[in-house]
Amino acid sequence: MTINPDLQGRSYPAAEVYDVGREKIREFARAVKATHPAHFNLDAAQALGHRDLVAPPTFAIIIAQRADAQLIEDPEAGIDFSRVVHADQRFTHHRPIFAGDRLVAELHVDGVRAMGGGAMITTRAEIFALTDADGREPVSTTKSSILVRGEGQ
Amino acid sequence: MNPTFEELSVGQDIGTRSIGVTRQDLVKYAGASGDFNPIHWNEAFATGVELPGVIAHGMFTMGAAVQLVTDWAGDPAAVVDYQTRFTKPVLVTDTTGTADAGAVIEVSGTVGALDAEARTARVDLAVVFDGQKVLMKAQALVRVS
Repeated sequence: MTINPDLQGRSYPAAEVYDVGREKIREFARAVKATHPAHFNLDAAQALGHRDLVAPPTFAIIIAQRADAQLIEDPEAGIDFSRVVHADQRFTHHRPIFAGDRLVAELHVDGVRAMGGGAMITTRAEIFALTDADGREPVSTTKSSILVRGEGQ
Repeated sequence: MNPTFEELSVGQDIGTRSIGVTRQDLVKYAGASGDFNPIHWNEAFATGVELPGVIAHGMFTMGAAVQLVTDWAGDPAAVVDYQTRFTKPVLVTDTTGTADAGAVIEVSGTVGALDAEARTARVDLAVVFDGQKVLMKAQALVRVS
């Protein structure tokens, strides 16, 4: 299976809305063994000046990987998910993610590079919160590179 | 903790943390994150795609390692940027039914750089499994009061 080199520069528009719930923040925080009370306790979060529970720094991966799925599941892309290895990841937070946020993500394919029989694919998700005034506010930019291993790699 | 900017200096240790990981932790992380790639929970599948065995999600390791920074900063919202490269897999052996961890990840952090104008500290994390660094260039940028 070969990776389609024409993927570079492709974008996938914001699809479904991700509603950030308090229990999801608590569940994710437990899953990464986080203990900070601002993830679990509303009073503790508000004591730090936050409007609601604060998501852990890598929570945005849920939204980013949902956006990535549009690419990975795109039959035109030629990606075998079972051969995907995560190579690097970056989160830049324009503001924290809070419970109650309604988030959408736009996915951009920034790079496709052949490596051996496989390819390194770099994607960027621009994550926005929907605002009451039908607008959207930048929340996080996530960048990730995945290595799709060729046979024997 | 809540360090203030004036208290910080480059090279300062922020502490260490030891994280025991079990296969059940990986199943929990799969459920919480939505990443159900079977290489993180099914031995036969993992070895069938030429991996040495079930490995932790890179994002599990990245997410667990930053808790050292979050606790030091005193506010998870203070982490404004966080990046890493995944260089080695964390192989998690099956210890189901025992009290043992299937892998132990050792995390330590130091202040790598300070920006007085932005009032941010870059914390560099060393994340080690089985004597080898599994994350490279693991850096968290923290806003400090």
